[in-house]
Amino acid sequence: MPQAQGLPLALPPQPVRIPGPRPATTTAPERLARRELRAQIARLERELARSFVSAFPHGEVDVSVPAAGGPRLLSLGELETTRDALSARLSSARRSLADLGERQERARVMLERMRLEPGRYKFARVSNAELGEGGCGVWEVRPRLGLIGMLAGWWQVKLSSGCPLGRGRGPAPPPRRSAVRLTA
Amino acid sequence: MREGDEPEPELGWVSPEVREEFPELRLLTATVVTAAGPSSPEARQRLRLLSDRFTGARAVGMRREPIPSAYRIFYRHIGLDPDETRPPGEAAAVERLLRGGFRPSNRIDDALLIALAETGVPLWALDADALDGPLGIRTAASGEQLERGPYARPLPAGQLVIADAAAPVALLFGEVAPERMVQAHTARVSLYAVQVSGVPAIHVEEALWTCGSLLVQAQDGR
Repeated sequence: MPQAQGLPLALPPQPVRIPGPRPATTTAPERLARRELRAQIARLERELARSFVSAFPHGEVDVSVPAAGGPRLLSLGELETTRDALSARLSSARRSLADLGERQERARVMLERMRLEPGRYKFARVSNAELGEGGCGVWEVRPRLGLIGMLAGWWQVKLSSGCPLGRGRGPAPPPRRSAVRLTA
Repeated sequence: MREGDEPEPELGWVSPEVREEFPELRLLTATVVTAAGPSSPEARQRLRLLSDRFTGARAVGMRREPIPSAYRIFYRHIGLDPDETRPPGEAAAVERLLRGGFRPSNRIDDALLIALAETGVPLWALDADALDGPLGIRTAASGEQLERGPYARPLPAGQLVIADAAAPVALLFGEVAPERMVQAHTARVSLYAVQVSGVPAIHVEEALWTCGSLLVQAQDGR
């Protein structure tokens, strides 16, 4: 048996009934157009996947594109509709990503200014999430030594201690001795 | 192929109408002598190890990996929304996150899941003795049904199906006709994989080999 890529070639030994209807309107230019549309859909889907992953985990990008319904061979019109829907969704995803990048850039500039002149940005806060970084930390301009710092104009940028512990509130305290006695 | 030994993949047929649209679409099959049964300790151990390789970040980034991406693109080409009807690789990753690990269920499903997690190529198993001739991919004809008996429902004409010489046995990337599924009395299992554009043949062969070898080992009690 002839081999291709280490595999026996396609056709089965006995004739196989293939009752699927063959569209009579399929012409060579139409086939080429469908192939081109499929290539465009592939490119757009890859770009959309890239946008989705880039936005993770700090910004959610909507990448949903309704499908024509399948599995089946799509017509030229359906492929065009899919391509257009993907293109529109990719444009909005890119806009969302650009907006997110702009917001993060503004937050970074703000943090730089807070560090350079803390006295001008009293009690200003920038969170790590706004900077596009992980963790729950928050940068804040606070007075050194509390009230004294406020009166003397001693301001500094402090980073909060981060995320709350995953342990929760801990185990419930044991019942008080008197309460135990009452219930017993 | 020599049944019961190392499974060798065979190329299924693709109808001319489908091949014309998707020249790189292939159906690969392999038949293995095995029976349904409980999970083996080796499969459970392997699933535990594979669970550690699938993190949340991997599940999110998966759609950029070459093989899952190829299946997502093919889903778009055939009118499926991969975010609604997840490709099997992504569905397994999400399931692993939701359940905290790949859970063993039975010999056949474990082998299919291990092959999927290791290669990214989805496989399906059918009762080989319930099939009539080799498997292939074609469109459903008007009036064809996926099931028999009182629960039979007509398939929309033009739907892409996996079929044997007699009738459709499963939807492409979808449900399998119940009478063709692996049953308690099944003695031979027919595995099939769908290779789409962008998925290297070696990955598909590897998936079939991995799954088939696990089934043969489980049958032999190795």
